Amino acid sequence: MWAFGRISGIVALALFTVTLILGIVTRSGRPLIGMPRFSVTLVHRNVALLASAFLVLHVGTLMFDSYAHLNLADVVVPFLGSFKPFWQGLGTVAVDLLIAIVITALLRRAVGVRVFRFVHWFTYAMWPIAVAHAIGNGTNGTDKWFLLGTVAACLCVGAAVIWRLTDRFSETAKARRETGAL
Amino acid sequence: MSATTAPRLFAAGARASYQTHLQTFGSLDTGSIQSSLLGELERSGLTGRGGAGFATWRKLQATEEARTSRVIANRPVVIANGAEGEPLSLKDKSLLENAPHLVIDGLLAAAAAVHATKAYVYATSQSLEALGLAISERRDAERISLAEAPDTFISGEASAVVNSIETGIAVPQDRVKRLSEAGLKRRPTLVHNVETLAHIALVARYGAAWFRGTGSQRDPGTRLVTVTGKAPGDRVMEVPGDAMLADVLRAAGVDLMGVRAVLVGGFHGAWVERDELDAPLSADGLAPLGASPGAGILSVLGRDECGLRTTARILDYLAQESARQCGPCMFGLPELARLFEELATGSREKALPARLRALAADVSGLGSCHHPDGTTRMAASALSAFRDDVHAHLQGHCLSSKRR
Amino acid sequence: MRDIDDYARLHIDWTRCDGRGLCAELLPELLDRDEWGYPLPLQAGDRSNVVVPPHLIEPAESAVRVCPLLALKLLDAQGS
Repeated sequence: MWAFGRISGIVALALFTVTLILGIVTRSGRPLIGMPRFSVTLVHRNVALLASAFLVLHVGTLMFDSYAHLNLADVVVPFLGSFKPFWQGLGTVAVDLLIAIVITALLRRAVGVRVFRFVHWFTYAMWPIAVAHAIGNGTNGTDKWFLLGTVAACLCVGAAVIWRLTDRFSETAKARRETGAL
Repeated sequence: MSATTAPRLFAAGARASYQTHLQTFGSLDTGSIQSSLLGELERSGLTGRGGAGFATWRKLQATEEARTSRVIANRPVVIANGAEGEPLSLKDKSLLENAPHLVIDGLLAAAAAVHATKAYVYATSQSLEALGLAISERRDAERISLAEAPDTFISGEASAVVNSIETGIAVPQDRVKRLSEAGLKRRPTLVHNVETLAHIALVARYGAAWFRGTGSQRDPGTRLVTVTGKAPGDRVMEVPGDAMLADVLRAAGVDLMGVRAVLVGGFHGAWVERDELDAPLSADGLAPLGASPGAGILSVLGRDECGLRTTARILDYLAQESARQCGPCMFGLPELARLFEELATGSREKALPARLRALAADVSGLGSCHHPDGTTRMAASALSAFRDDVHAHLQGHCLSSKRR
Repeated sequence: MRDIDDYARLHIDWTRCDGRGLCAELLPELLDRDEWGYPLPLQAGDRSNVVVPPHLIEPAESAVRVCPLLALKLLDAQGS
């Protein structure tokens, strides 16, 4: 149980890292190495759901593990846990954010573009919180291989975010800037 | 057809008080008006005077149908649109200042005919002042709400009117259903230009046969026109249907010998050359020229002015006035203005006219309102009416300087 | 011959559209893209309510689902 809980957590984090990067590529409106734009969007959505599934497994298996002392309240209310409450609480915060993000994403037609977009910005908060939770709370959190992997992921995400902030980011940015909407 | 007619809309004179209004036109019990007004309006042949020119009775009927189409009747809203965003147009301002009681009569009559429970007048703050005074003079206008329109070109667009009243932001909305079906707060909404309502007020009093007493069979009644540009002062005139353009201009004191072209219908209209001015000012009369009366603006371009430069300035203004919601308008219009400016100011690029036409074709029909359409239509009409100037410009000279 | 009213139509909400181009990828037969990224309907007629022939309904439905700005709506025949 415990082992499966750890592995599913690591897989979930890895998949969320991919999701975040794909989300940034989606926003750019560009195709990605042969994948047309609509594929990038669909893969982004699918990987997000897959990551969420692994997260459910991660939380679920740990709930049934006697060593973890994780109950239902701890899943959604942060910082109540008995084992490393602060770091575990970060995980709970990430789960709370994710629930909001996923629900608004799946129901975006009903909640509207503005609400969907507003909540979606929190993915930029959710990811680093999840990373911090993994390092502080995870059994392998301070293992060398895990830290190396995490640094690599942070570099990738960092690069993507920096790219996001440049003015050549969007595929149509140059043409639109040149014409200028007066 | 002659350009003169006995005044109808301004028969009560300037800034007519309620008393003067009643003495001139007689009284109208707007409360007793029924849907039978629709039949009278159909017989009258009155069409919208706000620019689009739809048969007025049809709009009322669509609203009435939307009202009764539900099990629980959906109470309509009627809005008098006096925003007149077109800077060259003065007729609505003039009407609201001088004959507000006709507009109020028409608004109340239309509201009664479609069983509306809410009525608004949407106009700039200056016009609302005069209207507010007029409302206070009478007892039947208490439930009319005043809504202020911003001083922008787009503020008079029908969905922008509804949006402005609903949210305070006067920009067009994306629409899947027509306003007559679901407009302000999802209610059937009837938006009429103030001049159209003034005509409704007269038809309600005197009937369809009277309305048809002037004008022509296909263009009955009268319309207001604003004559501006190279003319002795801007003026608003009431002319009969199918009046000859040349006659209208002459009646306004324009020297036809000094005319190069006339922009008919305002910034979203079309350029008509001097030798085409013997056309009638009506939808059918102007259609062969690719023009329409629009909101009745006639802007005269003198022979000493350059049509291309004037058009370039108008396009620049129209691009600035985009609501900036829709990509094709937000980017297409500035690009159109830029290319036209190049043509107007001495570019020798032979492909420019073709590029302009292609861009205009690309942009038209896109966007959530007709701002891009009207703009591209005007630009295309300029390329056609001023084809000699285009030719001259591309060779490095301007014909207007030779005509001084 | 089918009447134009018998076809489904793809309604473009231009006030939401940001020209990301996913719809043009899925419906190249109906939509081109302009230089700023926005869709350029290839048909004449109503270019904000693009006629969708039956064999393109599926990709049109995909386009509606995948549009990041929710700027598309598929209207049934006779506009509902």
